[in-house]
Amino acid sequence: MDYGLDTKSARLKTFNTIFIIVWLLIACFPFIWTFWGSFKVRADFFSRSDWWYAISAFNTLIETGGKFTVNAYTEAWTEGEFWKASKNTIIVTVFVVSISLFLGTLGAYALSRSTEKYAFWILMAALIFRAMPHITLVSGYLFPFFELQIWGILPTTIVVLVAINQPFTLWLLYSFFKTVPKELDESALIDGCSYFQAFRHIIMPVMWPGVITAGLFSLMLAYNDFTVTALLLNQENHTMVPKIQSYLGTNQHEGNLMWAVSAVVSATAPLFMLVMFFQRQVISGLTAGAVKG
Amino acid sequence: MPNKTFFWFFLPTGLAMILFIGLPIISTGIQSFYAQHDQVVKEVKKCDPFGCTVSIVVDNEETTKIRDAKPLGKFNGFGTYTDRNHLAVDEIKKFWNETKSFGAFVDQVTNLPFYKALIFTLTYCLFVTPNVLLLGFIIALSLNAVARKIRGPLIFGTILPMIVTPLVGSLVLFWMIDSQGIIGANIQNLMNDPYLSLKSSKTLTWITIIIYGIWHHSPFAFVVFYAALQTVPQEPIEAAIIDGASRFQRIKHIVLPHIYPVVTFVALISLMDNFRVFEPIIGFSAEGSAQSLSWLIYDNLVNEEVILFGSAAATSMMTIIGIAILLAPVLIRTWKEFKTAR
Repeated sequence: MDYGLDTKSARLKTFNTIFIIVWLLIACFPFIWTFWGSFKVRADFFSRSDWWYAISAFNTLIETGGKFTVNAYTEAWTEGEFWKASKNTIIVTVFVVSISLFLGTLGAYALSRSTEKYAFWILMAALIFRAMPHITLVSGYLFPFFELQIWGILPTTIVVLVAINQPFTLWLLYSFFKTVPKELDESALIDGCSYFQAFRHIIMPVMWPGVITAGLFSLMLAYNDFTVTALLLNQENHTMVPKIQSYLGTNQHEGNLMWAVSAVVSATAPLFMLVMFFQRQVISGLTAGAVKG
Repeated sequence: MPNKTFFWFFLPTGLAMILFIGLPIISTGIQSFYAQHDQVVKEVKKCDPFGCTVSIVVDNEETTKIRDAKPLGKFNGFGTYTDRNHLAVDEIKKFWNETKSFGAFVDQVTNLPFYKALIFTLTYCLFVTPNVLLLGFIIALSLNAVARKIRGPLIFGTILPMIVTPLVGSLVLFWMIDSQGIIGANIQNLMNDPYLSLKSSKTLTWITIIIYGIWHHSPFAFVVFYAALQTVPQEPIEAAIIDGASRFQRIKHIVLPHIYPVVTFVALISLMDNFRVFEPIIGFSAEGSAQSLSWLIYDNLVNEEVILFGSAAATSMMTIIGIAILLAPVLIRTWKEFKTAR
């Protein structure tokens, strides 16, 4: 905290700097290391004899003739059908984000403008729903979905992810809508707008920051989900995360572990770039619930 | 807003939540009272020149017929709840009567699958949650003290562990601490023990998963605390400095009381998230020595022969009860506040 009166001793400053450097190393090094290792062959990244091989690229040099290789990537994306998984991820993510936002903005706007008691209870119910472990919900879905024969296809998963995502989206957008002054839509109502017109033409235009934040969180949920996608999709329709897990399961194939490594990097890179771009929104979203209480 | 307008605005999201969160919970509840059918067996008499043998084989046709007629399984009441894989009532009674010391009894009970998973889940929550709060707070204080210009990239680096999915996060760590990875191999060298590995020891596995949990969740606590620190008023702190309060005293008596509501919020959220721990167990391939409640459900659902719907549902119901117990204090408090506010 930078206050005029607050003088920090040199020792404290050094200690602070060292602490931050150590923490950043702990936080970031695993990703840097995985990124580095994904361009090596398995015998180097998972070396039985000497871990230094991962840096000197001893086996990579022997097997491919260069210090870096993109074999793991090309194989995972073609032979490993990671392209299909990423296509599925894109479909799921796009639909989940747009449907979640559509339902969420309508519901959260209504909650923020209602003075009735039930609005409070709905928010409490949403909090309880938010706490449900996803796997318990999945154990409720599987049997009915098998019976209705809608198991394994993308639309089912999209609808399920939207629903699972609603409680959080509602809370987030609710706290954003609360910051938009009531007078704004009240004056529109007096001028003869219907509630929907006020929502559409007056409130939504000033809500973009909130909508972007909520969209980012829906995106991260859909993109990162493992529990729902692994259990509700068939092999053919698997998204990226269950696909990565399936590479681990077939360990007998020499190349597969490196497929998993390159797939992890391929799946993480877009996410990191997105967060780098929208860092401010992510942080405002995480704190929105907290600061409002 | 008039009730009618509210209804139409809220209908789509309300319907989604009722259909896909409310109903599944009921569906889980119903399923937990049923168990999968036993296989129908028939006696087959085989005669050859040396005599006749009677063997018992599974009658696939009959089994399928029964399964198709009653896909939910046979009614089992609370049978699934009390069987060996869940609350294990009979086994516990038996252990109580047979074992000589209390220690031996506890030992026996904690070897039952459900209790084993429950203990791991609770241990994980108990160790991860407070450490997440502590580490998150320290990082927030520390980052708050550096120059504003370089904070952006530092915050980005800090939140990386949080934005990757737990499966990927645990894999990335696992590949490093595996006996063939950079950290694992070096520890082996340091300890001079070529057989030292994560999988060899239950305690080591638990510690690793807990450390992973702290690594993954601290950034969330950090972000919230960091935002809260920006709202701490300056005047009382300046007054405290003039009065000669030490840095520690200032944090304890001014900063902490100010951000106290946020602390409870973070504690609640991370408790809820930690209670569902499951993906790191798969990422670290630690099924052998660490099982959580969520993992038990997953294991039932991916069972190769027959999906154990009943068993998974019973564990789910008990997990939901666990969540309810965790949430109860918060809900009661909110309700009281709500009542006094009116």
